[in-house]
Amino acid sequence: MSEKKGYLDMELLRFTTAGSVDDGKSTLIGRLLYDSKAIFEDQMELLEETSKQRGEEGVNLALLTDGLRSEREQGITIDVAYRYFATPKRKFIIADTPGHIQYTRNMVTGASTANLALLLVDARHGIIEQTKRHAFIASLLQIPHIAVCINKMDLVDYNQEEFDKIKSDFESFSSKLEIKDIHFIPISALNGDNVVDRSKNMDWYEGSTLMHLLENIHIGSDQNHVDCRFPIQFVVRPQSKEYPDYRGYAGRIEGGVFKPGDNVTVLPSGFTSKIKSIDTFDGMVEEAFSPMSVCMTLVDNIDISRGDMLVRENNKPKVEQDIDVMICWMNEKKMIPKGKYTIRHTSQTARCIVKEIKYKMDINTLHRMEDEKEIGLNDIGRITIRTTKPLFFDSYRRNRNTGSIILVDEATNETVAAGMVI
Amino acid sequence: MSSYNLTHLMELESEAIFILREVAAQFEKPVMLFSGGKDSIIMFHLARKAFHPGKVPFPLMHVDTGHNFPETIEFRDRLIKETGETLIVKYVQDSIDKGTAVEEIGINASRNGLQTVTLLEGLEQGKYDCALGGARRDEEKARAKERFFSHRDEFGQWDPKNQRPEIWNLFNGKKKMGEHFRIFPISNWTEMDVWQYILHEKLELPSLYFSHKRDVVIRSGVLLGKCNYIQLKDSEQWVEKNVRCRTIGDMTCTGVTESNAVTLEEIIEEVATTKVTERGGRADDKRSEAAMEDRKKEGYF
Repeated sequence: MSEKKGYLDMELLRFTTAGSVDDGKSTLIGRLLYDSKAIFEDQMELLEETSKQRGEEGVNLALLTDGLRSEREQGITIDVAYRYFATPKRKFIIADTPGHIQYTRNMVTGASTANLALLLVDARHGIIEQTKRHAFIASLLQIPHIAVCINKMDLVDYNQEEFDKIKSDFESFSSKLEIKDIHFIPISALNGDNVVDRSKNMDWYEGSTLMHLLENIHIGSDQNHVDCRFPIQFVVRPQSKEYPDYRGYAGRIEGGVFKPGDNVTVLPSGFTSKIKSIDTFDGMVEEAFSPMSVCMTLVDNIDISRGDMLVRENNKPKVEQDIDVMICWMNEKKMIPKGKYTIRHTSQTARCIVKEIKYKMDINTLHRMEDEKEIGLNDIGRITIRTTKPLFFDSYRRNRNTGSIILVDEATNETVAAGMVI
Repeated sequence: MSSYNLTHLMELESEAIFILREVAAQFEKPVMLFSGGKDSIIMFHLARKAFHPGKVPFPLMHVDTGHNFPETIEFRDRLIKETGETLIVKYVQDSIDKGTAVEEIGINASRNGLQTVTLLEGLEQGKYDCALGGARRDEEKARAKERFFSHRDEFGQWDPKNQRPEIWNLFNGKKKMGEHFRIFPISNWTEMDVWQYILHEKLELPSLYFSHKRDVVIRSGVLLGKCNYIQLKDSEQWVEKNVRCRTIGDMTCTGVTESNAVTLEEIIEEVATTKVTERGGRADDKRSEAAMEDRKKEGYF
């Protein structure tokens, strides 16, 4: 029965990996999967067979993550791939993002839901431009934790000085970034040093192994449990014999803690009421917090529909139509200045116009290029938009769930940009 | 603050419920694909949770190859009766009779591939703009890159190189007339999560998932259960073994595994120590390395 108890205590940690194939990223992921027994015999056989067919020495673990035919044919990773493994403490979801093409778009996608970013640095090369780019995106997307793995320590004789130098180089440039929690780990993915087991080659390192960090890092505060935000997704009205007058507001808590009896304000109408019950299929709950999906009923009969939001009277989000956002452009078609797009934010949909392009970021130097007004694929820039109706939002820094938006092209219906409210 | 932490199962459940509600809100006429297998049983359970105390605001659709395990059909019909939800059944046999699908011939003949024809016909007839499926990313590598909201063109085809980016939990279900979406709310679940959740929620399953005696034939390393749709080669014979299903599909291509697990706890123990992937027993995936990717591009879910 210990098995049963064990999994009832498990938490979920989502992390994203950044680094190129040469950094040994695939080897590291392969090792995490292999050492946690998430690679199966038939997968391993297929890998060995395919590696042999391609004339490669040993088993190419990158083939495990390259799922599409064209990726295997070209030997490149096109898209974000999701991998899963679990230890008795936690279940892990890896968003594995490719290093080369469409880098920014893919990393932003992987980073958007991550608790932690795993950045790989080759001990022989130290901090390169790509490392800075990765760190910048991780900070832009406000990933709560960053683990910098300095890999291939075996190739620098497990030398502490090399590690210390890279660490201080990283710290000096990352001081300009907003990174809340950062850890440095010297590893050798190939030999397994400090990945799952503690290295016998680096006595000087007293920190935790990568697996220990992944299993123990505190993620309880990654969600906002302060500002109450409940966007309505769907109105539940059974109109059945059993529930003739039931009117429930279904949605996911995107911030704060709600309890029956709490006074709430409905946006945009401004009506106030009191929470009558917080219902789930398994019965009523005493409190609900992010990211729980629940169904609430109110004491008063008020007209509420999808896109509305329940908040607390004394803690409201901004309710505005002119919004400053940092956007990452994700489409081949460039952003059209003064162009009109559909905007999606929590459960709201509206239209918006790009009023002003303030600057484009040089993601290598972090310089603001105020004369650059053209924003295309993989560019990051600051813009001001005006929406057709007010949105209820917080800054992305304060709450990732209520501070994020996407833009949709009205002709092609494609998602063209990810935006973070400033 | 640690009391404000969900367990991994509750977080996965909440994510799936969130997506099911998005589907109900963003689409005009969704339908949920239902095979009677454990993943679709979980999907159905999640849909009931998402809209409780209301009814599930879309019907279920089963694409019946006519080669199902009888236990699955019995279970399916009882579940629908007990819950009072709506089920539509589409028969591959009807597509064959109309001539839109052609039965495979030969020793490894299977109706699995033909399901795509019947599925697409069913979606078109019902004018469904969105089909919910219980596929998971850990099942197969082409699935590892599938989106939660997977856009399909008017031929039902998947273009893996041209997928919409999915950022945060802002899902974009906008589409042109005639196009539709396949949506996979349990994308992030693994086989282990599924079994733990079944135990946690005390869900009932078809008896096939638990160890039982069955005559089987071993073909290319896959154990196939005895039925009228499998012809033996001269060198083959039926042998009785203690087996259970890890996945349930068409009888002609769903392998069974040797197992003595008769309870959910024993199955979880078995899944924790197994060395072969779940779909390792699926003859349909063994046809080529990109078999799943090819079927998905044609409109398979």
